[in-house]
Amino acid sequence: MTELHHLTLAQLNEGLRARRFSSVELARHFLGRIERLNPALNALITVTGEQALAQAQRADELLAAGEATSVLAGLPLIHKDIFCTDGVLTTCGSRMLSNFVAPYDATIVERLSQAGVVMLGKANMDEFAMGSSNETSWYGPVKNPWDLKKVPGGSSGGSAAAVAARLAPVATATDTGGSIRQPAALTGLTGFKPTYGRVSRYGMIAFASSLDQAGTLTYTAKDAAMVLRDMAGFDPRDSTSVDTPVPDYLAELDQPLTGLKIGLVKEFFEGGLEESTANLIREALRVYERMGAKLIEVSLPNLPLSVPTYYVVAPAECSSNLSRFDGVRFGYRCENPKNLEDMYKRSRGEGFGAEVKRRIMTGTYVLSAGYYDAYYLRAQKVRRLITDDFARAFQQVDVLMGPTSPTPAFDIGAKVDDPITMYLNDIYTIGANLAGLPAMSVPCGKVTMGDTSLPVGLQIIGPHFAEAKLLNVAHGYQNETLWHRDIPKGYE
Amino acid sequence: MSLTRHDVENIAQLARLALTEEQLPVYVDSLSKIFDFVAQLNAADTSTVEPMAHPLADQVQRMRPDEVLDSDQHAKYQRNAPRVEADLYLVPQVIE
Repeated sequence: MTELHHLTLAQLNEGLRARRFSSVELARHFLGRIERLNPALNALITVTGEQALAQAQRADELLAAGEATSVLAGLPLIHKDIFCTDGVLTTCGSRMLSNFVAPYDATIVERLSQAGVVMLGKANMDEFAMGSSNETSWYGPVKNPWDLKKVPGGSSGGSAAAVAARLAPVATATDTGGSIRQPAALTGLTGFKPTYGRVSRYGMIAFASSLDQAGTLTYTAKDAAMVLRDMAGFDPRDSTSVDTPVPDYLAELDQPLTGLKIGLVKEFFEGGLEESTANLIREALRVYERMGAKLIEVSLPNLPLSVPTYYVVAPAECSSNLSRFDGVRFGYRCENPKNLEDMYKRSRGEGFGAEVKRRIMTGTYVLSAGYYDAYYLRAQKVRRLITDDFARAFQQVDVLMGPTSPTPAFDIGAKVDDPITMYLNDIYTIGANLAGLPAMSVPCGKVTMGDTSLPVGLQIIGPHFAEAKLLNVAHGYQNETLWHRDIPKGYE
Repeated sequence: MSLTRHDVENIAQLARLALTEEQLPVYVDSLSKIFDFVAQLNAADTSTVEPMAHPLADQVQRMRPDEVLDSDQHAKYQRNAPRVEADLYLVPQVIE
Protein backbone atom coordinates (compact mmCIF):
# COMPACT_ATOMS: atom_id res chain seq x y z
CA MET A 1 0.00 0.00 0.00
CA THR A 2 1.15 3.55 -0.73
CA GLU A 3 2.35 5.36 2.38
CA LEU A 4 -0.26 7.80 3.69
CA HIS A 5 2.20 10.68 3.55
CA HIS A 6 2.74 10.16 -0.17
CA LEU A 7 -0.88 11.03 -0.91
CA THR A 8 -2.18 14.46 -1.88
CA LEU A 9 -5.11 16.02 -0.02
CA ALA A 10 -7.38 15.04 -2.90
CA GLN A 11 -6.23 11.40 -2.63
CA LEU A 12 -6.52 11.44 1.16
CA ASN A 13 -10.09 12.69 0.86
CA GLU A 14 -10.93 9.83 -1.54
CA GLY A 15 -9.32 7.31 0.83
CA LEU A 16 -11.28 8.62 3.80
CA ARG A 17 -14.55 8.53 1.88
CA ALA A 18 -13.84 4.97 0.66
CA ARG A 19 -13.02 3.92 4.28
CA ARG A 20 -9.53 2.76 3.31
CA PHE A 21 -8.29 4.50 6.46
CA SER A 22 -9.82 6.70 9.16
CA SER A 23 -9.10 10.27 10.19
CA VAL A 24 -7.74 8.98 13.50
CA GLU A 25 -5.31 6.69 11.62
CA LEU A 26 -4.24 9.66 9.51
CA ALA A 27 -3.68 11.86 12.56
CA ARG A 28 -1.68 9.11 14.32
CA HIS A 29 0.43 8.55 11.22
CA PHE A 30 1.40 12.21 10.87
CA LEU A 31 1.82 12.77 14.62
CA GLY A 32 4.23 9.82 14.60
CA ARG A 33 6.23 11.39 11.78
CA ILE A 34 6.28 14.73 13.62
CA GLU A 35 7.60 13.07 16.76
CA ARG A 36 10.33 11.25 14.81
CA LEU A 37 11.36 13.85 12.24
CA ASN A 38 10.59 17.28 13.69
CA PRO A 39 13.45 17.46 16.23
CA ALA A 40 16.02 17.75 13.43
CA LEU A 41 13.90 20.24 11.44
CA ASN A 42 12.48 22.48 14.20
CA ALA A 43 9.47 23.09 11.97
CA LEU A 44 6.87 23.09 14.74
CA ILE A 45 6.63 25.21 17.88
CA THR A 46 3.63 23.39 19.35
CA VAL A 47 2.22 19.91 18.70
CA THR A 48 -1.46 19.51 19.58
CA GLY A 49 -1.67 15.71 19.63
CA GLU A 50 -4.57 15.26 22.01
CA GLN A 51 -6.80 17.88 20.39
CA ALA A 52 -5.92 16.42 16.99
CA LEU A 53 -7.07 12.94 17.96
CA ALA A 54 -10.29 14.35 19.42
CA GLN A 55 -10.96 16.36 16.23
CA ALA A 56 -10.17 13.29 14.12
CA GLN A 57 -12.56 11.17 16.18
CA ARG A 58 -15.33 13.72 15.54
CA ALA A 59 -14.50 13.83 11.85
CA ASP A 60 -14.71 10.03 11.65
CA GLU A 61 -18.16 10.14 13.24
CA LEU A 62 -19.33 12.78 10.75
CA LEU A 63 -17.89 10.79 7.85
CA ALA A 64 -19.56 7.58 9.08
CA ALA A 65 -22.89 9.38 9.40
CA GLY A 66 -22.53 10.84 5.91
CA GLU A 67 -22.69 14.35 7.38
CA ALA A 68 -19.22 15.60 6.39
CA THR A 69 -19.97 18.14 3.68
CA SER A 70 -16.48 19.59 3.09
CA VAL A 71 -13.83 17.72 1.08
CA LEU A 72 -11.45 18.69 3.90
CA ALA A 73 -13.29 16.73 6.61
CA GLY A 74 -10.87 14.56 8.56
CA LEU A 75 -7.73 15.84 6.80
CA PRO A 76 -4.72 16.86 8.92
CA LEU A 77 -3.21 20.33 8.75
CA ILE A 78 -0.59 22.51 10.47
CA HIS A 79 -1.31 26.19 11.17
CA LYS A 80 1.39 28.82 10.98
CA ASP A 81 1.87 30.16 14.51
CA ILE A 82 0.69 33.60 13.37
CA PHE A 83 -2.96 32.47 13.52
CA CYS A 84 -4.75 32.69 16.84
CA THR A 85 -5.97 29.30 18.03
CA ASP A 86 -8.37 29.32 20.98
CA GLY A 87 -6.75 27.77 24.06
CA VAL A 88 -3.49 26.98 22.24
CA LEU A 89 -0.14 28.77 22.55
CA THR A 90 0.16 31.36 19.72
CA THR A 91 3.68 32.82 19.67
CA CYS A 92 4.19 34.42 16.24
CA GLY A 93 7.78 33.16 16.62
CA SER A 94 8.46 35.81 19.26
CA ARG A 95 9.60 35.93 22.87
CA MET A 96 7.01 38.72 23.19
CA LEU A 97 4.20 36.16 22.77
CA SER A 98 6.02 33.12 24.17
CA ASN A 99 3.39 32.91 26.95
CA PHE A 100 0.33 33.93 24.91
CA VAL A 101 -2.58 31.47 24.82
CA ALA A 102 -4.97 32.90 22.26
CA PRO A 103 -8.46 33.52 23.69
CA TYR A 104 -10.19 33.05 20.31
CA ASP A 105 -9.80 31.44 16.89
CA ALA A 106 -8.74 33.33 13.78
CA THR A 107 -11.52 33.28 11.17
CA ILE A 108 -9.60 30.86 8.93
CA VAL A 109 -8.92 28.56 11.89
CA GLU A 110 -12.61 28.62 12.73
CA ARG A 111 -13.68 27.99 9.12
CA LEU A 112 -11.26 25.13 8.55
CA SER A 113 -12.18 23.60 11.88
CA GLN A 114 -15.87 23.79 10.96
CA ALA A 115 -14.99 22.02 7.71
CA GLY A 116 -13.64 19.15 9.83
CA VAL A 117 -9.92 19.78 9.43
CA VAL A 118 -7.68 18.23 12.11
CA MET A 119 -4.99 20.58 13.48
CA LEU A 120 -1.74 18.73 14.27
CA GLY A 121 0.18 21.73 15.61
CA LYS A 122 1.58 25.22 15.06
CA ALA A 123 4.46 25.93 12.70
CA ASN A 124 7.66 27.84 13.45
CA MET A 125 8.15 31.11 11.53
CA ASP A 126 10.29 34.22 11.36
CA GLU A 127 9.48 36.47 14.31
CA PHE A 128 6.25 38.39 13.52
CA ALA A 129 6.73 37.13 9.92
CA MET A 130 9.73 39.44 9.43
CA GLY A 131 12.38 37.49 7.59
CA SER A 132 13.13 35.47 4.47
CA SER A 133 15.02 32.56 6.02
CA ASN A 134 13.23 31.58 9.23
CA GLU A 135 16.34 32.55 11.19
CA THR A 136 14.71 35.38 13.20
CA SER A 137 12.45 33.06 15.22
CA TRP A 138 12.82 33.14 19.03
CA TYR A 139 12.42 29.35 18.75
CA GLY A 140 15.50 28.95 16.58
CA PRO A 141 16.02 28.45 12.85
CA VAL A 142 14.06 25.90 10.81
CA LYS A 143 16.10 23.50 8.66
CA ASN A 144 15.33 22.74 5.02
CA PRO A 145 14.53 19.01 4.61
CA TRP A 146 16.32 19.02 1.22
CA ASP A 147 19.56 19.90 3.03
CA LEU A 148 19.65 20.53 6.77
CA LYS A 149 22.44 23.13 6.33
CA LYS A 150 20.12 25.30 4.20
CA VAL A 151 17.30 27.67 5.15
CA PRO A 152 13.72 26.71 4.20
CA GLY A 153 12.94 30.33 3.29
CA GLY A 154 10.68 32.58 5.29
CA SER A 155 8.71 33.79 6.89
CA SER A 156 6.53 30.65 6.56
CA GLY A 157 9.61 28.43 6.86
CA GLY A 158 8.17 26.07 9.47
CA SER A 159 5.01 25.53 7.42
CA ALA A 160 7.11 24.83 4.32
CA ALA A 161 9.62 22.50 5.99
CA ALA A 162 6.77 20.55 7.65
CA VAL A 163 4.87 19.95 4.40
CA ALA A 164 8.05 19.25 2.39
CA ALA A 165 9.11 16.66 5.00
CA ARG A 166 5.63 15.10 4.78
CA LEU A 167 4.77 15.92 8.40
CA ALA A 168 1.38 17.13 7.12
CA PRO A 169 -0.22 17.32 3.66
CA VAL A 170 -1.00 21.04 4.02
CA ALA A 171 -0.03 24.01 6.15
CA THR A 172 -1.46 27.49 6.34
CA ALA A 173 0.91 30.39 5.75
CA THR A 174 0.94 34.15 5.25
CA ASP A 175 2.55 36.34 2.60
CA THR A 176 3.42 40.02 3.16
CA GLY A 177 6.37 40.26 0.75
CA GLY A 178 6.77 36.66 -0.47
CA SER A 179 6.49 34.66 2.76
CA ILE A 180 4.42 31.89 1.16
CA ARG A 181 5.94 31.79 -2.32
CA GLN A 182 9.65 32.00 -1.45
CA PRO A 183 9.58 29.13 1.10
CA ALA A 184 7.45 27.12 -1.36
CA ALA A 185 10.15 27.62 -4.00
CA LEU A 186 12.99 26.74 -1.62
CA THR A 187 11.31 23.52 -0.40
CA GLY A 188 9.68 22.28 -3.65
CA LEU A 189 6.04 23.01 -2.77
CA THR A 190 3.03 24.72 -4.29
CA GLY A 191 2.56 28.01 -2.43
CA PHE A 192 -0.56 30.08 -2.99
CA LYS A 193 -1.16 33.72 -2.00
CA PRO A 194 -4.69 34.90 -2.87
CA THR A 195 -5.72 38.45 -3.75
CA TYR A 196 -5.49 40.94 -0.87
CA GLY A 197 -8.83 40.83 0.95
CA ARG A 198 -9.86 37.41 -0.40
CA VAL A 199 -9.07 35.60 2.88
CA SER A 200 -9.92 37.11 6.27
CA ARG A 201 -7.08 38.59 8.32
CA TYR A 202 -9.11 38.44 11.55
CA GLY A 203 -7.07 36.67 14.20
CA MET A 204 -3.95 36.70 12.04
CA ILE A 205 -1.34 38.66 13.99
CA ALA A 206 -0.77 41.84 11.97
CA PHE A 207 2.58 42.77 10.40
CA ALA A 208 1.83 45.16 7.51
CA SER A 209 -1.92 45.43 7.19
CA SER A 210 -2.13 46.72 3.61
CA LEU A 211 0.05 43.80 2.40
CA ASP A 212 -0.66 40.75 4.64
CA GLN A 213 -2.61 37.89 3.11
CA ALA A 214 -3.16 34.28 4.21
CA GLY A 215 -2.75 31.28 1.92
CA THR A 216 -1.53 27.71 1.69
CA LEU A 217 1.46 25.42 1.21
CA THR A 218 0.50 22.12 -0.44
CA TYR A 219 1.92 19.55 -2.88
CA THR A 220 -0.37 20.47 -5.75
CA ALA A 221 -2.48 23.30 -7.14
CA LYS A 222 -5.53 21.04 -6.89
CA ASP A 223 -4.95 20.71 -3.13
CA ALA A 224 -4.58 24.49 -2.84
CA ALA A 225 -7.94 24.87 -4.63
CA MET A 226 -9.57 22.45 -2.16
CA VAL A 227 -8.36 24.36 0.88
CA LEU A 228 -8.91 27.85 -0.51
CA ARG A 229 -12.58 27.12 -1.14
CA ASP A 230 -13.13 26.81 2.62
CA MET A 231 -10.66 29.52 3.69
CA ALA A 232 -11.78 32.31 1.38
CA GLY A 233 -14.79 34.56 1.63
CA PHE A 234 -16.22 37.68 3.20
CA ASP A 235 -15.70 38.22 6.92
CA PRO A 236 -17.46 41.14 8.62
CA ARG A 237 -14.78 41.04 11.37
CA ASP A 238 -12.03 42.08 8.90
CA SER A 239 -12.70 45.61 7.67
CA THR A 240 -10.66 45.03 4.49
CA SER A 241 -12.31 41.70 3.65
CA VAL A 242 -13.83 41.80 0.17
CA ASP A 243 -17.49 40.97 -0.24
CA THR A 244 -17.49 39.03 -3.53
CA PRO A 245 -18.64 35.42 -3.98
CA VAL A 246 -16.07 32.59 -3.78
CA PRO A 247 -16.10 30.60 -7.03
CA ASP A 248 -15.70 26.82 -7.08
CA TYR A 249 -11.94 26.74 -7.66
CA LEU A 250 -12.01 22.97 -8.32
CA ALA A 251 -14.53 23.31 -11.15
CA GLU A 252 -12.18 25.37 -13.33
CA LEU A 253 -8.97 23.40 -12.77
CA ASP A 254 -9.12 21.40 -16.00
CA GLN A 255 -9.77 24.22 -18.48
CA PRO A 256 -7.42 23.77 -21.48
CA LEU A 257 -4.50 26.22 -21.65
CA THR A 258 -4.57 26.61 -25.44
CA GLY A 259 -4.29 30.28 -26.32
CA LEU A 260 -3.25 31.29 -22.78
CA LYS A 261 -1.26 34.52 -23.00
CA ILE A 262 1.74 34.41 -20.67
CA GLY A 263 3.65 37.61 -19.98
CA LEU A 264 7.37 37.16 -19.46
CA VAL A 265 8.41 39.97 -17.20
CA LYS A 266 11.67 41.37 -18.58
CA GLU A 267 12.69 42.71 -15.16
CA PHE A 268 12.25 39.24 -13.59
CA PHE A 269 15.23 37.98 -15.55
CA GLU A 270 17.48 40.68 -14.16
CA GLY A 271 18.65 41.42 -10.61
CA GLY A 272 20.96 38.66 -9.48
CA LEU A 273 19.06 35.78 -11.07
CA GLU A 274 21.28 32.69 -11.08
CA GLU A 275 21.75 31.11 -14.52
CA SER A 276 20.80 27.61 -13.36
CA THR A 277 17.51 28.93 -11.93
CA ALA A 278 16.86 30.97 -15.10
CA ASN A 279 17.34 27.85 -17.24
CA LEU A 280 14.74 25.90 -15.27
CA ILE A 281 12.26 28.76 -15.62
CA ARG A 282 12.82 28.86 -19.41
CA GLU A 283 12.27 25.10 -19.53
CA ALA A 284 8.97 25.46 -17.64
CA LEU A 285 7.89 28.12 -20.15
CA ARG A 286 8.58 25.67 -22.99
CA VAL A 287 6.21 23.19 -21.29
CA TYR A 288 3.51 25.87 -21.43
CA GLU A 289 4.28 26.54 -25.09
CA ARG A 290 3.81 22.84 -25.84
CA MET A 291 0.39 23.06 -24.13
CA GLY A 292 -0.56 25.81 -26.58
CA ALA A 293 0.21 28.92 -24.55
CA LYS A 294 1.71 32.04 -26.14
CA LEU A 295 4.68 33.82 -24.59
CA ILE A 296 4.70 37.61 -24.79
CA GLU A 297 7.48 39.76 -23.35
CA VAL A 298 6.23 42.55 -21.08
CA SER A 299 7.99 45.18 -19.01
CA LEU A 300 7.21 46.45 -15.52
CA PRO A 301 9.61 49.42 -15.58
CA ASN A 302 9.06 50.45 -11.94
CA LEU A 303 9.45 46.92 -10.54
CA PRO A 304 13.12 47.42 -9.59
CA LEU A 305 11.84 49.97 -7.04
CA SER A 306 9.57 47.42 -5.35
CA VAL A 307 12.09 46.37 -2.66
CA PRO A 308 12.87 49.94 -1.48
CA THR A 309 9.14 50.78 -1.62
CA TYR A 310 8.35 47.74 0.49
CA TYR A 311 11.05 48.57 3.04
CA VAL A 312 9.35 51.90 3.70
CA VAL A 313 5.68 50.83 3.60
CA ALA A 314 5.99 47.52 5.51
CA PRO A 315 8.12 48.84 8.41
CA ALA A 316 5.84 51.89 8.71
CA GLU A 317 2.78 49.68 9.11
CA CYS A 318 4.73 47.28 11.35
CA SER A 319 5.85 50.04 13.74
CA SER A 320 2.24 51.08 14.12
CA ASN A 321 0.83 47.52 14.47
CA LEU A 322 3.48 46.44 16.97
CA SER A 323 2.93 49.46 19.21
CA ARG A 324 0.22 47.37 20.91
CA PHE A 325 2.87 45.21 22.57
CA ASP A 326 3.57 47.17 25.73
CA GLY A 327 3.72 44.55 28.51
CA VAL A 328 0.41 45.68 30.04
CA ARG A 329 -2.42 43.34 29.07
CA PHE A 330 -0.69 40.35 27.47
CA GLY A 331 2.69 39.20 26.27
CA TYR A 332 6.15 39.60 27.76
CA ARG A 333 6.80 41.99 30.65
CA CYS A 334 10.32 42.77 31.88
CA GLU A 335 11.40 41.98 35.45
CA ASN A 336 11.14 44.72 38.13
CA PRO A 337 10.19 47.76 36.03
CA LYS A 338 11.27 51.03 37.68
CA ASN A 339 8.30 52.95 36.25
CA LEU A 340 5.81 52.80 33.37
CA GLU A 341 8.25 54.14 30.77
CA ASP A 342 10.92 51.66 31.85
CA MET A 343 8.36 48.85 31.62
CA TYR A 344 7.39 49.78 28.04
CA LYS A 345 10.97 50.16 26.87
CA ARG A 346 12.50 47.08 28.46
CA SER A 347 9.49 44.82 27.77
CA ARG A 348 9.74 45.78 24.08
CA GLY A 349 13.55 45.83 23.98
CA GLU A 350 13.79 42.35 25.55
CA GLY A 351 10.60 40.88 24.04
CA PHE A 352 11.38 41.72 20.39
CA GLY A 353 14.31 40.22 18.49
CA ALA A 354 16.94 42.11 16.50
CA GLU A 355 15.18 42.16 13.11
CA VAL A 356 11.80 43.15 14.54
CA LYS A 357 13.42 46.03 16.42
CA ARG A 358 15.19 47.07 13.21
CA ARG A 359 11.91 47.22 11.31
CA ILE A 360 10.06 49.03 14.10
CA MET A 361 12.81 51.67 14.12
CA THR A 362 12.84 51.95 10.31
CA GLY A 363 9.08 52.49 10.40
CA THR A 364 9.20 54.92 13.30
CA TYR A 365 11.75 57.03 11.45
CA VAL A 366 9.92 57.15 8.09
CA LEU A 367 6.70 58.18 9.84
CA SER A 368 8.32 60.76 12.12
CA ALA A 369 7.81 64.50 11.78
CA GLY A 370 9.86 65.97 8.95
CA TYR A 371 10.46 62.65 7.18
CA TYR A 372 6.93 61.51 6.38
CA ASP A 373 6.77 63.19 2.94
CA ALA A 374 10.30 62.22 1.95
CA TYR A 375 9.86 58.53 2.73
CA TYR A 376 6.37 57.28 3.43
CA LEU A 377 4.38 59.50 1.07
CA ARG A 378 6.93 59.01 -1.71
CA ALA A 379 6.86 55.22 -1.23
CA GLN A 380 3.07 55.22 -1.47
CA LYS A 381 3.34 57.12 -4.76
CA VAL A 382 5.89 54.66 -6.16
CA ARG A 383 3.60 51.88 -4.98
CA ARG A 384 0.96 53.25 -7.32
CA LEU A 385 3.46 53.41 -10.21
CA ILE A 386 4.29 49.73 -9.67
CA THR A 387 0.61 48.79 -9.42
CA ASP A 388 -0.13 50.69 -12.65
CA ASP A 389 2.67 48.75 -14.40
CA PHE A 390 0.94 45.48 -13.48
CA ALA A 391 -2.46 46.78 -14.63
CA ARG A 392 -0.98 47.74 -18.04
CA ALA A 393 0.63 44.29 -18.38
CA PHE A 394 -2.69 42.55 -17.67
CA GLN A 395 -4.28 44.42 -20.57
CA GLN A 396 -2.02 42.35 -22.85
CA VAL A 397 -1.70 39.00 -21.06
CA ASP A 398 -3.65 36.59 -18.81
CA VAL A 399 -0.89 35.79 -16.32
CA LEU A 400 2.71 36.82 -15.66
CA MET A 401 5.51 34.34 -15.11
CA GLY A 402 9.07 34.36 -13.87
CA PRO A 403 11.23 32.99 -11.07
CA THR A 404 10.01 33.10 -7.46
CA SER A 405 13.46 33.56 -5.95
CA PRO A 406 16.80 34.52 -7.53
CA THR A 407 18.58 31.47 -6.08
CA PRO A 408 17.73 28.10 -4.53
CA ALA A 409 17.96 27.73 -0.73
CA PHE A 410 21.08 29.37 0.77
CA ASP A 411 23.15 28.35 3.81
CA ILE A 412 21.87 29.01 7.31
CA GLY A 413 23.82 32.04 8.57
CA ALA A 414 24.90 33.23 5.10
CA LYS A 415 22.83 36.45 4.99
CA VAL A 416 21.75 36.96 8.55
CA ASP A 417 24.18 39.84 9.27
CA ASP A 418 23.37 41.75 6.09
CA PRO A 419 19.77 42.98 6.03
CA ILE A 420 19.92 44.48 2.51
CA THR A 421 21.15 41.23 0.94
CA MET A 422 18.43 39.37 2.84
CA TYR A 423 15.77 41.87 1.71
CA LEU A 424 16.81 41.48 -1.95
CA ASN A 425 15.76 37.83 -1.77
CA ASP A 426 12.20 39.02 -2.19
CA ILE A 427 12.91 41.06 -5.31
CA TYR A 428 10.51 39.02 -7.50
CA THR A 429 7.75 38.46 -4.95
CA ILE A 430 7.16 41.88 -3.38
CA GLY A 431 5.51 43.45 -6.44
CA ALA A 432 2.43 41.22 -6.13
CA ASN A 433 1.97 42.28 -2.48
CA LEU A 434 2.30 45.99 -3.25
CA ALA A 435 -0.36 45.63 -5.97
CA GLY A 436 -2.51 43.18 -3.94
CA LEU A 437 -2.39 40.55 -6.70
CA PRO A 438 -2.88 36.79 -6.35
CA ALA A 439 0.36 34.90 -6.97
CA MET A 440 1.82 31.45 -6.52
CA SER A 441 4.95 29.38 -6.78
CA VAL A 442 5.07 25.88 -8.28
CA PRO A 443 8.09 23.55 -8.26
CA CYS A 444 9.72 23.47 -11.72
CA GLY A 445 13.00 21.59 -11.32
CA LYS A 446 16.06 21.15 -9.19
CA VAL A 447 19.56 22.55 -9.22
CA THR A 448 22.27 20.07 -8.29
CA MET A 449 25.18 21.35 -6.23
CA GLY A 450 27.67 18.74 -5.04
CA ASP A 451 25.71 15.89 -3.53
CA THR A 452 22.51 17.82 -2.90
CA SER A 453 19.85 19.01 -5.28
CA LEU A 454 17.63 21.90 -4.35
CA PRO A 455 14.19 22.83 -5.70
CA VAL A 456 13.40 25.90 -7.80
CA GLY A 457 10.00 27.60 -8.08
CA LEU A 458 8.16 29.13 -11.03
CA GLN A 459 6.14 32.17 -10.04
CA ILE A 460 2.72 32.84 -11.59
CA ILE A 461 0.95 36.16 -10.96
CA GLY A 462 -2.59 37.05 -12.02
CA PRO A 463 -4.94 40.03 -11.98
CA HIS A 464 -7.09 40.72 -8.88
CA PHE A 465 -9.43 37.83 -8.04
CA ALA A 466 -8.01 35.56 -10.78
CA GLU A 467 -7.42 32.75 -8.25
CA ALA A 468 -9.30 30.20 -10.36
CA LYS A 469 -7.22 31.07 -13.44
CA LEU A 470 -3.93 30.79 -11.54
CA LEU A 471 -4.88 27.41 -10.07
CA ASN A 472 -5.97 26.24 -13.53
CA VAL A 473 -2.66 27.37 -15.05
CA ALA A 474 -0.62 25.65 -12.32
CA HIS A 475 -2.71 22.47 -12.42
CA GLY A 476 -2.17 22.20 -16.19
CA TYR A 477 1.59 22.35 -15.65
CA GLN A 478 1.44 19.74 -12.86
CA ASN A 479 -0.43 17.37 -15.22
CA GLU A 480 2.60 17.55 -17.55
CA THR A 481 5.42 17.44 -14.96
CA LEU A 482 6.39 15.46 -11.86
CA TRP A 483 8.41 18.01 -9.87
CA HIS A 484 5.63 18.42 -7.30
CA ARG A 485 5.94 14.70 -6.44
CA ASP A 486 9.62 14.81 -5.43
CA ILE A 487 10.23 13.99 -1.77
CA PRO A 488 13.49 14.89 -0.02
CA LYS A 489 15.80 11.99 0.88
CA GLY A 490 15.17 10.59 4.32
CA TYR A 491 11.52 11.68 4.30
CA GLU A 492 10.12 9.10 1.82
CA MET B 1 22.84 58.95 4.52
CA SER B 2 24.63 58.35 7.78
CA LEU B 3 22.74 58.22 11.07
CA THR B 4 24.53 59.12 14.27
CA ARG B 5 24.37 57.27 17.54
CA HIS B 6 22.25 60.14 18.82
CA ASP B 7 19.75 59.72 15.91
CA VAL B 8 19.31 56.04 16.71
CA GLU B 9 18.84 56.78 20.41
CA ASN B 10 16.09 59.25 19.44
CA ILE B 11 14.35 56.75 17.16
CA ALA B 12 14.54 54.07 19.86
CA GLN B 13 13.02 56.50 22.35
CA LEU B 14 10.15 57.34 19.97
CA ALA B 15 9.55 53.60 19.48
CA ARG B 16 9.88 52.89 23.23
CA LEU B 17 12.64 50.33 22.70
CA ALA B 18 15.47 49.85 25.20
CA LEU B 19 18.66 49.06 23.28
CA THR B 20 21.82 47.67 24.85
CA GLU B 21 25.29 49.20 24.42
CA GLU B 22 26.20 46.35 22.05
CA GLN B 23 23.04 46.76 19.94
CA LEU B 24 23.34 50.53 19.35
CA PRO B 25 26.32 50.57 16.92
CA VAL B 26 24.83 47.63 14.99
CA TYR B 27 21.65 49.64 14.40
CA VAL B 28 23.57 52.83 13.56
CA ASP B 29 25.24 50.85 10.78
CA SER B 30 22.29 48.80 9.48
CA LEU B 31 19.69 51.59 9.64
CA SER B 32 22.06 53.93 7.77
CA LYS B 33 22.41 51.31 5.04
CA ILE B 34 18.64 50.82 4.86
CA PHE B 35 17.99 54.56 4.44
CA ASP B 36 20.69 54.70 1.74
CA PHE B 37 19.01 51.79 0.02
CA VAL B 38 15.50 53.29 0.09
CA ALA B 39 16.89 56.59 -1.22
CA GLN B 40 16.57 54.95 -4.68
CA LEU B 41 12.94 56.04 -4.49
CA ASN B 42 14.08 59.61 -5.15
CA ALA B 43 14.85 58.58 -8.74
CA ALA B 44 11.17 58.03 -9.56
CA ASP B 45 9.15 60.89 -11.01
CA THR B 46 6.14 61.05 -8.67
CA SER B 47 5.16 64.68 -9.31
CA THR B 48 1.73 63.76 -10.73
CA VAL B 49 1.08 60.54 -8.80
CA GLU B 50 -1.55 60.15 -6.10
CA PRO B 51 -0.28 58.17 -3.08
CA MET B 52 -1.72 54.67 -2.72
CA ALA B 53 -2.67 53.51 0.75
CA HIS B 54 -4.63 50.40 -0.16
CA PRO B 55 -4.13 47.78 -2.88
CA LEU B 56 -7.76 47.60 -4.02
CA ALA B 57 -9.32 50.64 -5.65
CA ASP B 58 -12.67 51.96 -4.38
CA GLN B 59 -12.53 50.02 -1.12
CA VAL B 60 -14.06 51.93 1.77
CA GLN B 61 -14.16 51.26 5.49
CA ARG B 62 -17.45 49.57 6.26
CA MET B 63 -19.64 50.68 9.13
CA ARG B 64 -21.67 48.25 11.18
CA PRO B 65 -24.70 48.77 13.41
CA ASP B 66 -23.72 49.70 16.95
CA GLU B 67 -24.86 46.43 18.55
CA VAL B 68 -23.28 44.33 21.26
CA LEU B 69 -22.18 41.07 19.65
CA ASP B 70 -19.71 39.59 22.13
CA SER B 71 -20.29 38.51 25.68
CA ASP B 72 -18.08 39.68 28.56
CA GLN B 73 -14.93 37.54 28.50
CA HIS B 74 -12.57 39.60 30.60
CA ALA B 75 -11.64 36.67 32.86
CA LYS B 76 -10.50 34.68 29.82
CA TYR B 77 -8.58 37.63 28.38
CA GLN B 78 -6.94 38.47 31.69
CA ARG B 79 -5.43 34.98 31.94
CA ASN B 80 -2.81 36.33 29.50
CA ALA B 81 -2.04 39.42 31.59
CA PRO B 82 1.33 39.71 33.36
CA ARG B 83 -0.32 41.08 36.55
CA VAL B 84 -4.00 41.38 37.50
CA GLU B 85 -5.70 42.25 40.76
CA ALA B 86 -9.45 42.64 41.37
CA ASP B 87 -10.06 42.32 37.59
CA LEU B 88 -7.70 45.27 36.95
CA TYR B 89 -4.45 45.24 35.00
CA LEU B 90 -1.59 46.25 37.28
CA VAL B 91 1.22 48.52 36.07
CA PRO B 92 3.96 50.41 37.95
CA GLN B 93 2.71 53.46 39.82
CA VAL B 94 2.06 56.39 37.44
CA ILE B 95 0.92 59.20 39.76
CA GLU B 96 3.01 59.94 42.86
